[in-house]
Amino acid sequence: MPKVTYIETSGKEHLVELPLGATLMEGAVQHDVKGIVAECGGSCMCATCHMYVDEAFLDLLPVMEEEEDEMLGGASAERRANSRLGCQVRVSGALYGLIVRIPEKQ
Amino acid sequence: MKPQVVIIGAGHGGVQVAASLREAGFDGTIVLLSDEQTLPYQKPPLSKGYLQGKQTDEAILFRSPAYYDANGISLRLGVQAARILPEEKQVITGTGERIPYTQLVLATGAANRLLRVPGADAADIGYLRNLTDARRIGERLAQAQRVAIIGGGFIGLELAALAVEKGKQVTVIEAQQRLMERVLPAMLSDVFQAVHERQGVSLFLKSGVEAIEAAETGGHLIQVSTGQTVAADCILAGIGVIPETTLAMNAGIACENGILVNEYQQTSAPDIYAIGDCANHHNPYAGCRLRLESVQNAVDQAKTAVAHMTGHPVAYQAVPWFWTNQYHLKLQMAGLSAGYDQAVVRGDTATEKFSVYYYKNGRLIGVDSLNRPADHLNARKLLSAGITPDPAQLADTAFNLNNLLA
Ligand SMILES: Cc1cc2nc3c(=O)[nH]c(=O)nc-3n(C[C@H](O)[C@H](O)[C@H](O)COP(=O)(O)OP(=O)(O)OC[C@H]3O[C@@H](n4cnc5c(N)ncnc54)[C@H](O)[C@@H]3O)c2cc1C
Ligand code: FES
Repeated sequence: MPKVTYIETSGKEHLVELPLGATLMEGAVQHDVKGIVAECGGSCMCATCHMYVDEAFLDLLPVMEEEEDEMLGGASAERRANSRLGCQVRVSGALYGLIVRIPEKQ
Repeated sequence: MKPQVVIIGAGHGGVQVAASLREAGFDGTIVLLSDEQTLPYQKPPLSKGYLQGKQTDEAILFRSPAYYDANGISLRLGVQAARILPEEKQVITGTGERIPYTQLVLATGAANRLLRVPGADAADIGYLRNLTDARRIGERLAQAQRVAIIGGGFIGLELAALAVEKGKQVTVIEAQQRLMERVLPAMLSDVFQAVHERQGVSLFLKSGVEAIEAAETGGHLIQVSTGQTVAADCILAGIGVIPETTLAMNAGIACENGILVNEYQQTSAPDIYAIGDCANHHNPYAGCRLRLESVQNAVDQAKTAVAHMTGHPVAYQAVPWFWTNQYHLKLQMAGLSAGYDQAVVRGDTATEKFSVYYYKNGRLIGVDSLNRPADHLNARKLLSAGITPDPAQLADTAFNLNNLLA
C-alpha cells in the first residue's frame, strides 16, 4: 500500500498507509490530519481539501481536470504550482513515499 | 459537576459540535448520542459516489474510528434519546438510562416524508436518509431493471442519474411543472430536464401518484394522475422531509416547522440548543425564518452553538451554499435566490456551463453556478462581503470577478 506523509502547519507529521485507489483527502480525514476540512465529502465542490504535494511527485499524479483547476483558483490559501485538491488525487503505487503539506487555511 | 455537553444526533451538525468544542479547548465531558449503529458518516455521498460504487463505507466516515476516544468524545452508537427533562437537565435514553447535561444540543436532523396513497405501504418504497437506507437501495437497484422515482428534487434526480448510469430504465414522476422547481429558475430546470431526457429518463411532470398496485407479472404498477400507468420493479421516493422535533415538543420546547432557535441557536429552553435540518432560524440571507437542509447550515450552526457555549457568541450569519451532481452536471448554489427580481447570466447557456446571478432591489442575493466552480467560490465571497457586481461586469466573462474582492 502506498505510504504518504502528511505534514500539518505545526510541523506535525503523519505517516499513513493508504489503500490503492483511496484519495489523499480520505487518507487525511481518516487519520485526523489537522487542517483538512473536506466539507463536501470529496465532490470537488468546496476546495477545503487543498494540499501542497511534493514537487518530485507532481508528474506522477493523476492529471488535473478543469474543474479542480477552477476550484483551486478560489481556494483560501495561496495557490502554488504544487497545489492539488486532495479529493481529486487517487493514490497509485507510483506515489509510494509521497509527502504532502497542509496549507495554513482552507 | 464538570460541564457535560450532551449532543443528540451524530450527523453533520452533531459531529461538528463535538469537534469544535475540543478545538475551542473545552475540557468538560462530551457525550455524542447516535441512534445509528455505524460510525458517523457523511450523507451527500449516499446519493452520489457511495451508491455509484465510487466511495466505500470507510471513505465516507467523518473521522477515524480512533478519533472519538482520542479526543475524549464519548460516542454512544445505537443509543436513542427518548426524552428530555429540561427541569432536571437530563436526557433519558430508550433503555431508561439518565444522562445529565449542563448543555444539550439537538442535532436530530429530519425524517423522510412518506408517500400516503393506496398501495404505497405494500410497494416497499425506498427512501434515502441514512446508510442503512442506502445499502438497501443499492441491493434493490442491483436486482431491478425498471426503476420509478417519485419526486424530481435533488435526491430523486441524483438517484435517477445513478440508476441510468447503472443501465436501468428510469422514470421520474414529479408533481410540479418542472424539476427542482422550488429552488431553481426555469432556465436551470430546463437544462436538467433536457439532460435527463437525453439520457433516456421518462419524465412525468405535473403528475401525482394516485395509487400503486402489484402487477400480475411481478413488480408494481403506479397509477399517475394523468391517467397513465408506470410499471416498475423498484420504486424510490424523495418527496421532502419533516424536521425531527418530537423530543423537543415533548419537552415543551417551542417548535414551528422545526425547533425555533435564536441567532445563537438557543431554543426556548435554557441551555438547550438546536442546529441543522431540525432548526428553524431567522436567516439573514433570506430575511425571514426558515429551515435549511444542507451540510453548510449544519456545520456553521454547530460552530455558532459552540461559540455561544464557550463564551464567544457570534450571531449566525454564514452564506448558505449547496450542491448537486447529476451526470456531468455540477450545480453549486450560493446565497438564497427566492424572491429575486432580476437574473443575469454569466457564460453561455447553450454550453451547460454558466452562472445565474440573482438580484433583489438592486442587491445580489444568490448565485447558481452550473459547471463553473470558480464563479461559485467567488460568489460565496461576494455575498459574504455584501458586494454586488454590476450586471455588465457579469456578462463580460473576460472580467475577473475576483477583482471585486481586492
Ligand atoms: C441522500 C442525501 C443527499 C444529500 N446531499 C446533499 C448535498 O449534496 N449537499 C448538501 O449540502 N446537503 C445534502 N444533503 C443534506 C445534508 O446531508 C443534511 O442537511 C445534513 O446531514 C444535516 O445535518 P444534521 O446534523 O442536521 O442532521 P443529520 O446529518 O441528518 O443527522 C441527524 C442524526 O440524528 C440521529 N437522531 C435523530 N433522532 C435521534 C434520537 N432521538 N436519538 C439519537 N439520535 C437521533 C439521526 O439518526 C441522524 O443520524 C443530503 C442529504 C441526504 C439524505
Ligand atoms: S473535499 Fe470538497 S473539494 Fe475536496
